[in-house]
Amino acid sequence: MANTTQEVAGDAARHASEIEGMETATGMPQLDFSTFGNQVFWLVVTLVVIYFVLTKVALPRIEAVLSERRGTITSDLAAAEDLKQKAVEAEDAYNKALADARAEANKIVAEARAEIQADVDAAAAKADAEIAAKAAESEAAIAEIRAGAVDSVKTVAKDAAKEILATMGYKADAKSVTAAVNARMKG
Amino acid sequence: MAEQGANKGGGPIIKIAFFAVLALVLISGLIFSPEHPGLAIHPMDQFEIKPLFGGDNLGLFTPTNQTLWMVLAIVGVVVLLVVGSRGRAIVPTRGQSVAELAYGFVYKMVEDVAGKDAVKYFPGIMTLFMFILFANVLGLIPTSFTPTSHIAVTGVLALIVFVFVTVLGFVKNGAGFLGLFWVTAAPLALRPILAVIELISYFVRPVSHSIRLAGNLMAGHAVIKVFAGFAAALGLFSFLPILAISAVYALEVLVAFIQAYVFTILTCVYLKDALHPSH
Repeated sequence: MANTTQEVAGDAARHASEIEGMETATGMPQLDFSTFGNQVFWLVVTLVVIYFVLTKVALPRIEAVLSERRGTITSDLAAAEDLKQKAVEAEDAYNKALADARAEANKIVAEARAEIQADVDAAAAKADAEIAAKAAESEAAIAEIRAGAVDSVKTVAKDAAKEILATMGYKADAKSVTAAVNARMKG
Repeated sequence: MAEQGANKGGGPIIKIAFFAVLALVLISGLIFSPEHPGLAIHPMDQFEIKPLFGGDNLGLFTPTNQTLWMVLAIVGVVVLLVVGSRGRAIVPTRGQSVAELAYGFVYKMVEDVAGKDAVKYFPGIMTLFMFILFANVLGLIPTSFTPTSHIAVTGVLALIVFVFVTVLGFVKNGAGFLGLFWVTAAPLALRPILAVIELISYFVRPVSHSIRLAGNLMAGHAVIKVFAGFAAALGLFSFLPILAISAVYALEVLVAFIQAYVFTILTCVYLKDALHPSH
């Protein structure tokens, strides 16, 4: 399509040049060989200039900037890795301190508990001993009272038996009364 | 959605109607326009090479309008790559980003297409790319001149590549470079025939390489000029060719970049053949 357009365009130009009669015969300045030397000369000059500008200034500079950036990024990444490592270490230390503190607390609690237990045990033993002593004392007192009471009952019984016998006109034999009372008491 | 559907249905009809109106307007414009006698379209005039400072004498060293735009291309390259990168910033400015982008684009192309050992020819390829790109793009400025629309210019560029690549091929591989034409993958009987074909295609390379670039640019510029001639002749209806010019211009912007890219990547391909001639 471009070719057709070109041809059409070329024809038009040729036509126009025929009318005005002042253009080159071909109508295509591209094919005017008299300008080729000039074009090639200036093209070579241009290319050499651009080549030197690029190799002497532009490309080394851009290359330096890019590699510097690459270096900066690499070192930044390394620093970040370092900091990350440090953070992990700090966390470990923190966890360790926490665990230590917890163990310490547990130990203190256990000690306190043992101490309290010992105190409680001692107090309980002391209380038990006191209670036992009191109980023994009370038992002794009760036994004494009981013994006292039995004796009194015997005396009262003997006296009552003697009185009854006397009233009935019998002479009370102390020995046999006592034996009878004792036998009754047992029964 | 509904609008799209309606567009789809009415698309061809609208297109046909548009072109019919366009054709009618053009024809009527040509026939009835009062300026008809003056309708003079000179699409090739823009390619004429004239001495820059007047006079008709065009010697070898006479600065011409083409010289001017080549110098402006140099200025463009300097502004983009030297002035743009002068900050040397780790975090680049806008200009520096563009310079780095151009650098990375061509560098990666050379590395990917021609191989790692071709990187030492990167400055030369960068020179070609930047020159063609700036010549193409600056040529899109109205009333400017496009050096790359001249077959002499693109021919020299292609010949530089051709000669360089051929010499490099023989220097690097000696006679082994001729293996490029001896297709060992093909049956033995076919190899001489293929060698002839390969040889012809090798020597056609600089021709297609140069004409592709010059032809594309010349055609685009000529088409714009033709439409511009219509616009001048049509009076009231000149908005139609102007619309067409806008469309072609957008296409030309694309072509300016793509042709610079194509020329460069073909150079890389040829360079690869020179460095590694085995298929």
